[in-house]
Amino acid sequence: MYVYDDFDRTLVAERVADFRDQVARRLAGELTEDEFKPLRLMNGVYLQLHAYMLRVAVPYGTLSSRQLRTLARIGRRYDRHYGHFTTRQNLQFNWIKLSDLPDAMAELAEAGLHGMQTSGNCVRNITTDQWAGVAPDEIEDPRVWAEILRRHSTLHPEFTFLPRKFKIAVTAAKRDRAAVRVHDIGLRLHKNAAGEAGFEVIVGGGLGRTPFIGKTIKPFLPKRDLLSYVEAILRVYNQYGRRDNIYKARIKILVHELGAEKFASEVEAEWLTIKDGALAIDPALVTAIASHFRYPRYAPLVDNPPELARARGNDAAFDTWFRNAVARHKAAGYAIVTLSLKPEGGPPGDATSDQMDAVADLADRYSAGEIRVGHEQNLVLPHVAQRDLHALWQALDAIGVATPNVGLVSDIISCPGLDYCSLANTRSIPVAQELTRRFRDLAAQRELGRLHINISGCINACGHHHVGHIGILGVEKNGEEFYQITLGGRADEEAELGALVGPAVPYAEVADMVEDVVAAYRELRAGPQELFIDTVKRIGVEPFKERVYAAR
Amino acid sequence: MPLVKRGRIVEDDYLRLVDDAAIPEDGAVLVSAKRLLASAGDSAQRVGATGVLWPNDRPIAELAPHLDRLAMVALGFPNFKDGRAYSQARILRERYRFRGELRATGQILRDQFLFLYRAGFDAFDVTKPADALVFAEAVSRYSGFYQPGESVSTLARRHMAAAE
Repeated sequence: MYVYDDFDRTLVAERVADFRDQVARRLAGELTEDEFKPLRLMNGVYLQLHAYMLRVAVPYGTLSSRQLRTLARIGRRYDRHYGHFTTRQNLQFNWIKLSDLPDAMAELAEAGLHGMQTSGNCVRNITTDQWAGVAPDEIEDPRVWAEILRRHSTLHPEFTFLPRKFKIAVTAAKRDRAAVRVHDIGLRLHKNAAGEAGFEVIVGGGLGRTPFIGKTIKPFLPKRDLLSYVEAILRVYNQYGRRDNIYKARIKILVHELGAEKFASEVEAEWLTIKDGALAIDPALVTAIASHFRYPRYAPLVDNPPELARARGNDAAFDTWFRNAVARHKAAGYAIVTLSLKPEGGPPGDATSDQMDAVADLADRYSAGEIRVGHEQNLVLPHVAQRDLHALWQALDAIGVATPNVGLVSDIISCPGLDYCSLANTRSIPVAQELTRRFRDLAAQRELGRLHINISGCINACGHHHVGHIGILGVEKNGEEFYQITLGGRADEEAELGALVGPAVPYAEVADMVEDVVAAYRELRAGPQELFIDTVKRIGVEPFKERVYAAR
Repeated sequence: MPLVKRGRIVEDDYLRLVDDAAIPEDGAVLVSAKRLLASAGDSAQRVGATGVLWPNDRPIAELAPHLDRLAMVALGFPNFKDGRAYSQARILRERYRFRGELRATGQILRDQFLFLYRAGFDAFDVTKPADALVFAEAVSRYSGFYQPGESVSTLARRHMAAAE
């Protein structure tokens, strides 16, 4: 848990006052919409198809039970009793009134929440591994570095009007759960030959209409240099990133046009002039920031306690969920539990206010009052004693967040699409909902193994379709919704962009098409142990194309 | 367009010269980058102050050799969303130690004052007269920031004290 201090609280409160004044000036006509837009965006306020949308930052995906209850209350008071968890570990309210926004923000601020820099052409919410601090495969808690970056990028005097939005992700684990290779800056904490921890710095990754896997421009950056190096990257980008065309303004285009080597040398030259200045990180500051993260005092427990073994033996449904949704924890006798926000027929990532309240209560009871949000749009309880798992499961099942489909074909990542978004060309959520119905048989899902479907309702790729094992992209053709299917994408440490399998199909056929792709995989895989992604890697998309389009 | 300097609305002393106009010997003048670079030797003899209007798409390093004969640098914001000059300003102040007047010109609105001020600007060609009147209030809305240079060093000290 990250605990705010007075400085943090004051800044957020002042930001709310600032925004209240800006809204008042907008409503009085002193600000034009063009002048107001970047200001509201920097506070997380979008104008969507039907209403204003408020995006609340969940820094590095960590929430306290109190914060989750606040979100539940805001959902009840100002929205339609629900919220939507996003791929950037944030939460969106879709039906909020502009005039209510300052009050909603003031309520959020009381719980240390805000919408700062969840939108706009600035450094966005820093994301990280949703298992940070508890994953057995990490070298240290990456949230400390995410927090150092969060502070440094908040109301930065130089980088608040960048050419375009800027996203940073940090991981410190072997398995990359933060998708660092598809971010503007990806940071991978690892150890060098001497055993010191430092960052691999990856730049220019990103999805959208021109997807790129990021390039490593610094294989090992000492920790003390993190801020100066990031500052140098941002400074080069702020001056030379394109501003003539919004679609070419992301840093990935600059890196691509200059070439990674030339870009790296520009950054290096800039960095050398500032690296020993005020941004050099004092280890005492790191210690101080780390002290804001509170960890539960874990009881001396053992793995696989008798209560757990007994419950698994006696209750097959519990055992199925356990094998799907429970992961190893770094502390013996504890577990990391994923709560699926992907029920059959539900919009991916939505949670009702009642569910949020119930999860907050369960977090207090079983997870030291802490909740995480993952970029797959699920929630996590990070500190659950294994002996409590059966009781927890029953409670989760009762509120509909224990579908044992984590990482399976119906655990779909989707953007809001045309149901909400003013940029979308097609619907996304109904496609996801239909697919969860097609693949409702959980035993069949398990038999398929790990399989990620990602859906974007337009080329901006908020559903990250490029890195879905099966990616679905909605495009508009002559006023009709069509969908392109890509195969073989992934966002982990072996990040790849998916390859197009063939011509786009209309809305009515997209679910059939995905079913056919999955059927083709069953025929083509080397054996039941070969995952979908590995089959595509081994044989490419052609054999899929032949089978899927044969009957079309 | 009112000029705000050191927090107050003041008269603009600078005469904006078009490129082919003769440069008077005294009185403050504001010349274009092109004019400045073309007449590298001329202004050394001037009695009055010289300022330059430097475009935001020209590397600020090119201006560095001329800074010692300049009393003022004006950096442009053709649109308030175009933030290139924030970097130019910081480089001028922090790398080249420019101590003269640093003026923000172009579309300069109230909600940008604070960012501009913190990036090193001390003079502002304010677009809307009403905004100029509330300058002092607009730059004092926050009691502290995380970045070094103003409050982060205090923040760091405070955090270190808290950790002890």
